[in-house]
Parts: sequence; C-alpha cells; structure tokens
Amino acid sequence: MSWLLFLPLALPFATAVLAFLARGRNALAGWISLGGCLLLLASTIALVAAVWEDGVIASQMGEWPAPFGIALVADLLSAVMVAITAITGLAVAVYARADIDARREALGYHTLFQVLLAGVCGAFLTGDLFNLYVWFEVMLIASFGLLALGGDKAQIDGAIKYVVLNLVSTVLFLIGIGLLYGLTGTLNLADLHGAVQNIENQALLTVVALFFMIAFGIKAAVFPLFFWLPASYHTPPVAISAVFAGLLTKVGVYALIRLFTLVFIQDIGFTHGLLLVIAVLTMVTGVLGAAAQNEFRKILSFHIVSQIGYMVLGLALYTPLALVGAVFYLVHHIIVKANLFLISGIARRLTGSFELPAVGGLYRASPLLAVLFLVPAFSLAGFPPLSGFWAKYLLIKASLDVGAYAVAGAALVVGLLTVFSMTKIWAQAFWKSHPEDIVPALTHLALRERTVLLLPVAALAGLTMVIGLFPEALIIFAERAANQLLDPTAYVAAVLGGVP
Amino acid sequence: METVLAVLVGILVAASVYLMLARNLLRFLFGLVLLSNAANLTIFAAGRLTEATPPLVPKGMLGPTETVANALPQALILTAIVIGFGLLAFTLVLVYRGYRTLGTLESDAMRFAEPAADAPPSTITDPDGSAL
Repeated sequence: MSWLLFLPLALPFATAVLAFLARGRNALAGWISLGGCLLLLASTIALVAAVWEDGVIASQMGEWPAPFGIALVADLLSAVMVAITAITGLAVAVYARADIDARREALGYHTLFQVLLAGVCGAFLTGDLFNLYVWFEVMLIASFGLLALGGDKAQIDGAIKYVVLNLVSTVLFLIGIGLLYGLTGTLNLADLHGAVQNIENQALLTVVALFFMIAFGIKAAVFPLFFWLPASYHTPPVAISAVFAGLLTKVGVYALIRLFTLVFIQDIGFTHGLLLVIAVLTMVTGVLGAAAQNEFRKILSFHIVSQIGYMVLGLALYTPLALVGAVFYLVHHIIVKANLFLISGIARRLTGSFELPAVGGLYRASPLLAVLFLVPAFSLAGFPPLSGFWAKYLLIKASLDVGAYAVAGAALVVGLLTVFSMTKIWAQAFWKSHPEDIVPALTHLALRERTVLLLPVAALAGLTMVIGLFPEALIIFAERAANQLLDPTAYVAAVLGGVP
Repeated sequence: METVLAVLVGILVAASVYLMLARNLLRFLFGLVLLSNAANLTIFAAGRLTEATPPLVPKGMLGPTETVANALPQALILTAIVIGFGLLAFTLVLVYRGYRTLGTLESDAMRFAEPAADAPPSTITDPDGSAL
C-alpha cells in the first residue's frame, strides 16, 4: 500500500533526475519527461482505485508512528487531485514537445517541470502541516524557475511579482504553523483534528485560522490577494502557463479545503462566513477584470481568479452538496483551464499574436480548432451538457438549499459574464477575419507539430465532453469524497490508527 | 523571556512591513528577510522556552528526568532557515537580473508584462530614483 502513496512523489523526482542527466539532448529529455508522466498517470490511477476500494490509505514514512513522523495520506480528494495532476502533466508534456524552444529545453525545462509535478503531488498527499509547507516550497521554487526560464523582459517582470508575493504567502503560512504548534503541540493533520478541540481559548484558534486563510488565499488567488496572477501567468511559454493555470492555484484551494474541513471547524460561522464573502467577491472581480482585457491569456488568467471563487464557495457553504460541487468543480476546472491555455498557444502560432484585436480568421483556418475551443470555453461558462454546467448546477443548488439567494444570483450572473468573455474571444479570434488579411491555416504547421499540439487539446476536450455527458460517475465519486471531508473519522483513524 | 521575544517579533514585523511598503524592490526583499526571521522566532517562542536545559537523557535512565528543551521547533526552524535561504538567494539573483534586464528596481516602473494603456513605460519615474 505504501508504494502507491510513495510512487506519485518518487516517479517525478526520478524523471527529473533522468531528464537532467539527458540535458543537451533535448529530444531524449522530452521523451523521458513524457514517459515519466505516463508512469505517474498509471500509478495515480492505481491509487484512486485503491482508495475507492479500501477507503483512506495512510503510510508512515520511515515507520515513525503518527503523530511523530511524517504521514502520507490519500483520501478520495487527494487521490483524485494527484490523478488530475498526472493527466494535466501528461497533456502538457506532450504539448511541450512542440511548444518549448530548444533554448529553454537545454536550460532544464523538463527537469523543472517534473520537480513541479512532484511538489504538487506531495502537497496533495502529505498528512503533516510542516511537510505541506516543504512541498509548497518545492512547488514554488520549480515554478519560479519555469516562470523565469528564458529571461524575456516580460517574463522577468512577471516572475518578480509572482515570486515576491508568493514568498510573503509562505512566510505567513510558516507563522501560522508556528502559532498552531504553540497552541496544540502537534503538526500532524489528523492529530490536529482532535487537538484543536482541547484548546481553552478558541478565539486564538480563529486568529491562527486567519493566517492560514491569508497564506492559502494568496496561493489560491482569491480576492483581494490575486494581483500576482494576472501579472505573471501570461508571460511564460504556453506549456508553462497551462500547467500553472491548471494546477498551482488549485493547490491553494486544496489546502484551504483540507484545513477548513479537518482542522479549523470550531467557529464555522466566522471562518466559513468570511470565506463566503471572499468567494463571491472573487467570482465577481475576476470576471469583471476579464471583461476589461483584450489579450487571450490575460482574459483566461482573470477567469482563473473568477473560477477559484466558485470552488471556495463550495467550501464556504460547508454543506454536503456544496462540497460535492467544490470537488467536482476542481476536477472539471483543471482540465478545462489547462486546455484553454493550450488552445491559446495554437491560436497564437496560427495568427501571430495573443492580442485579440490583432488576430482573427481562425474559424476559417481550422473549424476543428474552433470546435475544440468551444468545448472548454462553454464548459467554463457552464453550458449544458458540458462539465461546467454540472459543477455550477451543484454549487447553485447548494446555495439555494441554504437560502443564500444572493450568492446563487451572483454565481449565475458571473456565469453569464463568463459567456461574454468567451464570446469576445470567439468573435475576435475565430469569427472576424484577420486585420492584416493573413489567412491562417493549420497546414502551415508541420505535420508533427500539428499532431503534438492538437493531440492533448483534443484529449482534454474529449475528457470534458465525457464528464459532461456522463456526470454521474464523477458526482458519485465527489459525493464520497465530500462525505470523507465532512466526517474525517476515517481519515483520522487511517493516520493515527496504527502502522499498516 | 517570552515577552522579550514577542516584542522582538513585533518590532521585526513592523520594520519588515515598513520596508515592504516601499516601491524599491531591494527594500522589499530586506523586509522579506526580516519577516522570515520573525516567523522563525515565532516558531521558537511557540515551542515554549526553557533555560539551559538540553534535551539529553542522563546515563542509565530511559527518559529525561526533568523538564528539558523542546527540540522539535529548532528542527523546524532549521528547515525553514535553509529553505528561506535558498529562496532568498534565488530572489536576489532574480531581482538583480530584473535590474539588468528591465533597468530599474522601482516596482512602479516595471510595466513590461502589463504595459500601461496610455503612458509608455519609460515615462514613469520616481523622484527617489533607484537606490542601489
């Protein structure tokens, strides 16, 4: 059992080492990265299957018994998150074979990419708060490297803002850890679940909870802490911004969900009430920010912020149905958002720019690409029968159930404004003709390039369609995951119940 | 002793916030250094302080016989210092690279990723100049 928990961390690190040894031979490093992602996907699918069969799996590293050692834990949420990480990683690893230039490959793109995946998987699987901090740092340093790799002017500018604000977030996280340790004397998440109930002064716990809320809020890019995201995500090559857009903010959301269902549940009226306000403001500001933009990737970046609001909303309502919606939303959103970034890269290749006023004619150039864009774009906006419809439906139903009509209304309006942004991209990039009378065509790309770029996009769009047409399987899965979150008995027992 | 440390942490945080509010990136980084040190001291104080009681088991005993220092916070701090050191080294190099590439340390003048709609980036200046 412990191998299943260990492999999602060991495989990317091993791949990173191999890719580093193959530096200078770019094609080989690219294949190594691709192979590593395939193995990672296989191991995470096995992990999901095992958690589905046996319930929560935990393993104590080095056989140090909990709560003294570091535990790796996988409940259904963690398992599905590492699986979706592997899917995104695989799609981007394929795409990167044509997207990342030789210079960046030689500088170690593949190595950093694999370290990033390891950091993300580690953050999803760890059962220890300080260890979570360490995985955050692994993830961050890899993302710093990827963002600055190549050193274009815009990249350096974006990287500086991204780096400094994320460092502030980690320091706040660290202060929170210190204070929580001072209150409880433990850092094991399962142990904390019990330990926080014995604190005499619960107000202190709420203050500590705010440290974590701000720290993870910066990572997750919620209102008003999101400014680093639209300042940086449009600067690196597309393969890099796609993996950032898909995964990094979601690690912040995951950490929020984990801590605010397992540890900080003593004063729900305040903490989750605050999260609810934050969620609505995040949704609204994100989508309004997007409406003001005219650059393909900047629009998408602001939509990340807006969508994060929906996920936090699911956590903030804190009902079984709302958490089902949050889990469903996480899975759907990662696939869709990574895909939209990948498509923006193809659009730029065909038309020469990310600036919407300067491009056009894509529909005539490639109806296939147009369809592939429509699927994730309208899924993001929440059109039936695509995956986003079910995600939004669950969350809006959940908010109506608790009588939060204003929240439900805001969620609907934000969905409508998302359609506005997506139709803006559609009208400008696909529908109108190119302002310089260039007729872009897919056939301008070499056959290999075309295949490598379109394959992951088509696969992710297919996945969106499958989730949209057959949502029941994922909803049942999300229901079980939400039950595990709301009743952490199994989680606590798996970690503290003894060494397997 | 706890009071002294608490006051010290407060002063460090206040100084770091003051520095981080500056437009100059180098000042911001110094603020970040102070803040991470404040975080380390917070962990140290939160782990309860003892005076001159090393966590050693006397010869022939199975456990410590009296109250001893808590070793865990020190392990945590050590990890945090190393990680923080690595990240700060990276950030310093990045900021230096930014100074070489962008020609400024003023965050207001860094408008290459998000160009201002009306003004070209070079016209944004700060009376202080870059204080390198």
